[in-house]
Amino acid sequence: MRNSPVRLAAVALAAALGVSALAACGGSDSAGGSGDGGSGGKGSKTVTLVSHDSFNASPAVLKAFTAQTGYTVKVLKSGDAGEALNKEILTKGSPQGDVFFGVDNTLLSRALDNGIFTPYEAKGLGSVEAAAQLDADQHRVTPIDTGDICVNYDKKYFADRKLAPPASFDDLVKPAYKNLLVTENAATSSPGLGFLLGTAARYGDDGWQDYWKKLKANGVQVVDGWEQAYNENFSGSAGGKKAKGDRPLVVSYASSPPVEVLYADPQPKTAPTGVATGTCFRQIEFAGLLKGAKNEAGGKALLDFLISEKFQADMPLNMFVNPVVKGVALPALFTEFGATVERPETLAPAKIAANRDQWVQSWSSLVVK
Amino acid sequence: MAVPLAFFAVFFAYPVAAIVGRGLRTGDGWQFGRLAAVLGRPDILGVLWFTTWQALASTALTLLIALPGAYVFARLDFPGKAVLRAVVTVPFVLPTVVVGTAFLALLGRGGLLDELWGIRLDTTVWAILLAHVFFNYAVVVRTVGGLWSQLDPRQEEAARVLGAGRFAAWRRVTLPALAPAVAAAALMVFLFTFTSFGVVQILGGPGFSTLEVEIYRQTAQLLDLPTAAVLTLLQFAAVGAILAVHARTVRRRESALRLVDPARTAGRPRGRGQWALLGGVLGSVTLLILLPLGVLVERSLDGPGGYGLGFYRALGSVEASGGTFLVPPLEAVGNSLRYALVATLIALVIGGLAAAALTRRAGPLVRGFDALLMLPLGVSAVTVGFGFLITLDKPPLDLRASWILVPLAQALVGVPFVVRTMLPVLRAVDARLREAAAVLGASPVRAWREVDLPLVRRALLVAAGFAFAVSLGEFGATVFIARPDRPTLPVAVARLLGRPGELNYGQAMALSTVLMVVCAVSLLALERIRTDRSGEF
Repeated sequence: MRNSPVRLAAVALAAALGVSALAACGGSDSAGGSGDGGSGGKGSKTVTLVSHDSFNASPAVLKAFTAQTGYTVKVLKSGDAGEALNKEILTKGSPQGDVFFGVDNTLLSRALDNGIFTPYEAKGLGSVEAAAQLDADQHRVTPIDTGDICVNYDKKYFADRKLAPPASFDDLVKPAYKNLLVTENAATSSPGLGFLLGTAARYGDDGWQDYWKKLKANGVQVVDGWEQAYNENFSGSAGGKKAKGDRPLVVSYASSPPVEVLYADPQPKTAPTGVATGTCFRQIEFAGLLKGAKNEAGGKALLDFLISEKFQADMPLNMFVNPVVKGVALPALFTEFGATVERPETLAPAKIAANRDQWVQSWSSLVVK
Repeated sequence: MAVPLAFFAVFFAYPVAAIVGRGLRTGDGWQFGRLAAVLGRPDILGVLWFTTWQALASTALTLLIALPGAYVFARLDFPGKAVLRAVVTVPFVLPTVVVGTAFLALLGRGGLLDELWGIRLDTTVWAILLAHVFFNYAVVVRTVGGLWSQLDPRQEEAARVLGAGRFAAWRRVTLPALAPAVAAAALMVFLFTFTSFGVVQILGGPGFSTLEVEIYRQTAQLLDLPTAAVLTLLQFAAVGAILAVHARTVRRRESALRLVDPARTAGRPRGRGQWALLGGVLGSVTLLILLPLGVLVERSLDGPGGYGLGFYRALGSVEASGGTFLVPPLEAVGNSLRYALVATLIALVIGGLAAAALTRRAGPLVRGFDALLMLPLGVSAVTVGFGFLITLDKPPLDLRASWILVPLAQALVGVPFVVRTMLPVLRAVDARLREAAAVLGASPVRAWREVDLPLVRRALLVAAGFAFAVSLGEFGATVFIARPDRPTLPVAVARLLGRPGELNYGQAMALSTVLMVVCAVSLLALERIRTDRSGEF
């Protein structure tokens, strides 16, 4: 008698799971044909791409890959860039997918030191910019795109005050730009970290801390993430305007101005924001074949495809990054509204690896505390 | 008891133990020395100190503001009461990304306070405290108010007839009856604010950090698993202590109180005092809850060409999201509803079984089990999420890529609500009724159907509503495992907020409003079927 509700409930649970399974299957899985569960065994027609939340590709381009190779791509977004990589390190040997896309030069050494990738030399690597090939000896990772983390400015603010917007790191500590800049926490945000590394590259191991002391004295504001800095505090973005943001300078990307144009309705004639091209740090993003991938052949085909012209040309308007393959044309939106960064700051991955944690620690106690 | 125990072992204890173990075990065995090392760090001690005092302050402030509300909702009748009660519960299930945005609009630069008096509270601890009141107001109103509405007012009247003053009568009669409920509510608020994550991260800025935020940073960003493991154990200990105290107050509350139908205790406000109280409560609810919610609605309508429904229309198409999603954002509504439905079913079965087991047995073991069921409320989502990732990766439990993982994780948070709602009702069912049915020849199933079911049906519905609403708003664990082609509402909102451009921002606000409405409607439906005995929340 005591057990009867238990039994009844067990039946109910089984029924519930059954019903919901039916409900869930009815709605989906018609497009992918992947069935439920993982990426399948050997000879599977599905290849799983694990990436960060910012990954995007046109459906048409992914379909072209299927037409070309017979593999269907399943995308698994796995959090922000750092989080997504850390998940791959934790699940090393039993990965969630076949290819991981989205490790950049600031975290590259962490990925390589943990040995999560199987070396593979992608077809077409010859046409990829040499400067982006940071693992050219072993081909554990393949460069896919580049982007620049730069200070963006609110054009209207500076025009109204007849003040020239800042152009370089040096400008940002000048009294004219006091209390104007908002940046992200270098400990938790990838543009925040990029900006810190940019200053370290510009002023060297000894000079960057002094620079940040000046920046702090000049009223730099630090918030936790890019969303908040850009959508709430920055006065030039659509979200920031609505939120009455009061900072006309923000650490964002060189490609942010075209995005402001693309997602405005009606689209304005000029971008409302501009880029201080002397404050940029170059990010390079890589992809690699995961060790223990269930579909290695499909993964290799996908890596080849990621540096094919078709995918490279599709990237800018989906992820707002620049192609790494030489000669791929940028969309008009980029050439018209975007900034060309002639000489971005760069740092070797080994140098970043050796100093990153310690720099972030000193930065935190210097700026946040 | 076996089914819920197995459920918790597989989907909670095992993953959490695995991730903590990964942090504390190296090739040479367990590294318990790390405990002392991490606990000795001044920054960690600072985090612990801040976590504790902000939770204490939040709890005190919430009680101060919400207790008058509990009285008003319990004892006074006014038009629109049911709708308002549903609305004040909406924040409880809203994702913090959304709430953070609303609060910044009010308390930040150019916000209402700034324009009126030039006061800015963003990145101060006040923003955190007020947001905590916003989130937890309903916990106090529902726990304390629920009981208050069922206390027989004639007892207080009797005291007054016997010569006690109004205040003395309240202090001697009503307060002792309410005290355990107040304590239980305070402890729940303390638990929720102690483990606060999104509010602190968004409103506090990088200068403030709670244990939960620190666990997230150490795990997801720095991959410092040993430190994360120590912090997780620390939070475990704290939450365990809170729950132990909570369990004791709840038990004390089960002393016999004469409860009556809430419909008979409430009346229209009389006298200047009651009107003033009603006014004060309505005012504070408007300022603290309706205003932030209103800001979201306002922003969702504020398109480039003036107010309109443009952002809502954009939710229906894939193109407008610029490939942010593989499906139109509006499909997230369907996903959310489907996931929440399955999560509710699982939570009901597991929670119902657990509650049944808890009613029928006693002893320290069972009480421990009771506390265990509450534990998921206090353990960080990132710990559970990463735990899932490294444990559920082999057959027969290769669930990482399966859709069922989302409702399973959501059910984990829903179960405590089901247990706490069902338990008092089940305990009130007289076992003799069941025995009588058996003596009269009813089969066990029939006895259950004819005796228990009618009595618990309404409690079951209320529990279902709570579990459903919690699943709908669950973000932390879902964001870890939701499949990109099937985002839930909170996940979709977060993703839209993560991209620049007016259309994305507007759509995020519109989708938040949709989530708000879906929550409010399910809670309103719940209002219609309130039980005669209140739950423990």
